[in-house]
Order: sequence, then C-alpha cells, then structure tokens
Amino acid sequence: MTPSLASLIPDLTPVLPGLVFWVLAGLSVVSAVAAAMAPKIVHAAFGLMAAFFGVAGLYALLGADFLSLTQVVVYVGGILVLLVFGVLLTGRAKAQLGLEKPVRVGGAVAAGTALLLGLLLAIGKSDLSRSPWLSDLPEPQGTTHAIGRALLDPEQYLLPFELVSVFLLAALVGAAYLVRRRRDAS
Amino acid sequence: MKELLDRLVEGSSLLQAVPRGLVYTTGILLACSGVLLLVSLFAGEIVWMERRISGRMQARIGPNRVGPQGLLQFLADGVKLLAKEDVIPSSADRGVFVIAPYIVFAGVFAAFAAVPLGAGLVPADLPFGLFYVLAITSVEVVGVIMAGWASNSKWSILGTMREVAQVISYEMPLAISALTVAVLAGTLNLTDIVAQQSGWVWNWWVFRSPATFVGFFLFFTAALAALKRAPFDLPEAESELVAGFHTEYTGFRFAIFFLAEYAGMFLFALLTAILFCGGWHLGVPVDLTSGLARAAGFLVLFLKACAFLFVMIWVRWSLPRYRVDKVMYLCYKVLLPWSVVALVVAALQVLLTGGR
Repeated sequence: MTPSLASLIPDLTPVLPGLVFWVLAGLSVVSAVAAAMAPKIVHAAFGLMAAFFGVAGLYALLGADFLSLTQVVVYVGGILVLLVFGVLLTGRAKAQLGLEKPVRVGGAVAAGTALLLGLLLAIGKSDLSRSPWLSDLPEPQGTTHAIGRALLDPEQYLLPFELVSVFLLAALVGAAYLVRRRRDAS
Repeated sequence: MKELLDRLVEGSSLLQAVPRGLVYTTGILLACSGVLLLVSLFAGEIVWMERRISGRMQARIGPNRVGPQGLLQFLADGVKLLAKEDVIPSSADRGVFVIAPYIVFAGVFAAFAAVPLGAGLVPADLPFGLFYVLAITSVEVVGVIMAGWASNSKWSILGTMREVAQVISYEMPLAISALTVAVLAGTLNLTDIVAQQSGWVWNWWVFRSPATFVGFFLFFTAALAALKRAPFDLPEAESELVAGFHTEYTGFRFAIFFLAEYAGMFLFALLTAILFCGGWHLGVPVDLTSGLARAAGFLVLFLKACAFLFVMIWVRWSLPRYRVDKVMYLCYKVLLPWSVVALVVAALQVLLTGGR
C-alpha cells in the first residue's frame, strides 16, 4: 500500500541540478540585463549585485566552492559596496543616466558584438560532448586546500601570486598617497 | 546532514520508496526552517535579555509582565509592530526600500546554515564553513546601503555612510583574527575545529596558543564593531542620527531589521564560542557521542553563547560611544596590526611545531 503511494512521487533527483542551474542562470541574465538597462545608476549597481550572486551560485553548483565564496566576498562585499558608496557621495539628483553620445553607443555596440562573436566561436570550437553532465560530477570535496597549495608552490603559482601581492601593495600605497592630508593646501 | 538522512531512510520502509533526492531536499529545507525558527525566536529572547539586563544596570525592573518574568515580551512587541502602519515615505525609492530589509535578513540568516549547533547538528557541514560565514555576512552591508539610499533621508544617508565605512573596515581584523584559529587547526570546517577542542578546558583554542589568546579578544572586539554594538554604535547613534539607516522604517519592515540585528549578535556569540571556547565541549573529558550527550552539548554551546551575549549587553550599557575617527583609528592602527601579528605568530607556531 505505502510503496505504491510513494512511488507516485516523480523522481526529480537527476533533474535537480539542472533546475538549480536554470534558476541561477536566469537570475544572472535577468539581473545583468536590468543592470545594463536601469535608468538610475544605483539600480544598475543593485542589479549587478544580483548578477554577481547568480554567478557565485553557478560556481558553487560546479563544485568551485572557494571561487564562489571569493566572488561573494570580493565582488558583493567589497567592489560593489565601494561602487555604491561612491555613487552615494556624488548625490542623488546627478545620478540619473541619459543616453550617451552616438559615437559611444556605436563603440559599445561594436565591442559587445565582437565579444559575443568571440564567445560563440569559442563555444562552437569546444567539444561539449566530452565534458561530463552536472549530475555525473563527483561530490565536491572542497577546493580550498588545493588552491592554497597551488598558490604557494614555487613550481606552480608562487611567483605570479607574489607579483600580484606587490602590485596590490603598490596600488594601496598610491591610494594612500593620493588621499593624504596636504599640510600646505589647508 | 546527508548521513543523518541516509540513516533515517534506512530505518523506515516508507521513506525508502520515496526518491532519495526528494528526501534530501525536504530534509534540508526542514533543517533550515528549524534553524530559522529557532534563531528568530531566540533573537526575540535576546531583545528581552537586553531590556532586562539594561533595566538591572539602571536600577529599574524592565519588562516583566508578559509571561513568566516577561519572557514572552517579544511576541507582544511583534504583534504590535505587525499591527502598525507600514509607512513608505513618498520620496523614497519604493522598490529598493521594500526589498532592503529582506537582504539584510538573508545576509545574517544564510550564515546560520553552516554554523553547527551541536555535534552533527548543522544543516550544511561545509568544508569551508568559517569562510562561508564570514563571506555571506558581508551581504548584509549591501542591504543596509539599499535601505539608507532608498529612504532618501539625511539621517539615513549619514548612518549608512558610517555603517558601511565601519563594517567593511572591521571585517578585516575580524577575518584575520579568526584565521589564527584556522591556521593552527588546519581546517576551515567549524565541526572539525570544535572536535579539536575536546577534553580539558586548556584544549580550547583560546588557551592553546598566544596567537589565539590575543585573537580571541581581537575577534570579539571586531565582532562588536561589525555588529554596530556600543561602544561602536555610531551608525545608529540615537542622540545624533535618530536611528541611522532604518530611521524611515516602520512596522514589520523595522521588525525585520531589528530581528536581523539580534540574530547577528547570536551568530557572532556562537562563532566566538565555536572558534575559541570549545563549542559544545564542557571543558572536562566526557563522552559526547550518545544522543543525550549531544543534546547536553547543544545546551552547553547555547549557554556559552549566552555568556558572550551577556558581555555584549554589559559593554553596551556601561561604556560611552566612541568618536567616529577613534573608531577608525582603533580598527586600522590597533586591531588590524595586532591581528596580523597574531596571524604571523600562529603561522610561525605551525612551522616550528609542525601543526599542534
């Protein structure tokens, strides 16, 4: 009696990752479009936040847990906050966006089309039939350890990692220099 | 979580007929709803705790009428807030104004998904749990910006600016001081970090290394600032800014901000207990594997969190507010350098002693 009742429930197990994928992909695309089309710059920033989240979710779905969290902490918690902070300081009335000059619009359209074509070419060239389906992937084991080891391994990414660190430090010192209190100016 | 559900399925013939994916999905949804309910109710009780303790400190009684000792006061307050008019200022940006409280709420409550409340009592036992919690709480700031900007009010904007500057600054010492434990423990999994602290009280991370001892105080101080609790409550400074970013909010939306704030306190009290003070371990070597002992462990963790909550409340009602530039000074010139020193000491300890 009971098994027959329970067997009426459709088995959604293989469909679930796909379902989650479409929800996250939809979120990313819709909010990215909203970010591009929003008349107010702050709305565009909030749309961008939702897009970042969708992409972070996609990373997590693919088992790239460290990347996904870094996406949230760097883009949502850092860059986006600073961006909106800047917009807040510039005031509300001026934050309205109009249509740019035709030259710029043309340039943007050209750049966008070029990017789209490049991506389409890349997708067409890659052999998708060889990559495994989402539901066939092994359970993610956490990538943090592997990434940490690769970054600090002299034979792998130690040099680029240190170079980026020095570069960021230089940027920080430069920023501190630009905003320093000038004694003679006051 | 998955092992728990697997064991549940094996024990029941009814569940075995149900597709496994459905069992997992339902189980996880149920676990998350349970945590949500528990945390929401307890956040209400923290409000009551705060009001009673502050009453005590000011030689008055505080709320003691609704329920025994006033324990159900938060339900009465909740009903009151629900019944109030939901005012949206005419010059506010409606859409953003309406969404903002939910983003703040989600930012805090999403973190609880990875916080273990006892051995095995965790909706998602992530291998990178600590990183997840610290990352997802940074979403709250975005909700605060949305609220402050959409309100279109001077108080809100000023409060938002202060809050954003403060919270993103204090995230750094907070994360770095938590890292001292992660470096010594060799894992970011919160359950494993607690498991390493079993046995006597000196096995707790706070007593195991000078780095984590300093890290403990740095973490707690930075958590106070990240939570905008006094003496770092400048973003909400009642005497200058009315209520900061949520000045224009009323009724239920205000209640959500309030709930998120107190749930945030609970989150960081739990994290302090889990990272530094043994989690659900009592500090004496007892076996914690049986069912009853697990429940007792949950209670132990809860009481530890309550102790930290008491300290947070105690500090708020005894110390005056800091000046805004002093708050930033404390972050960048005191907490940040010291937490980096603690991290370097922790790393050296790992290098010299090979881990433990």
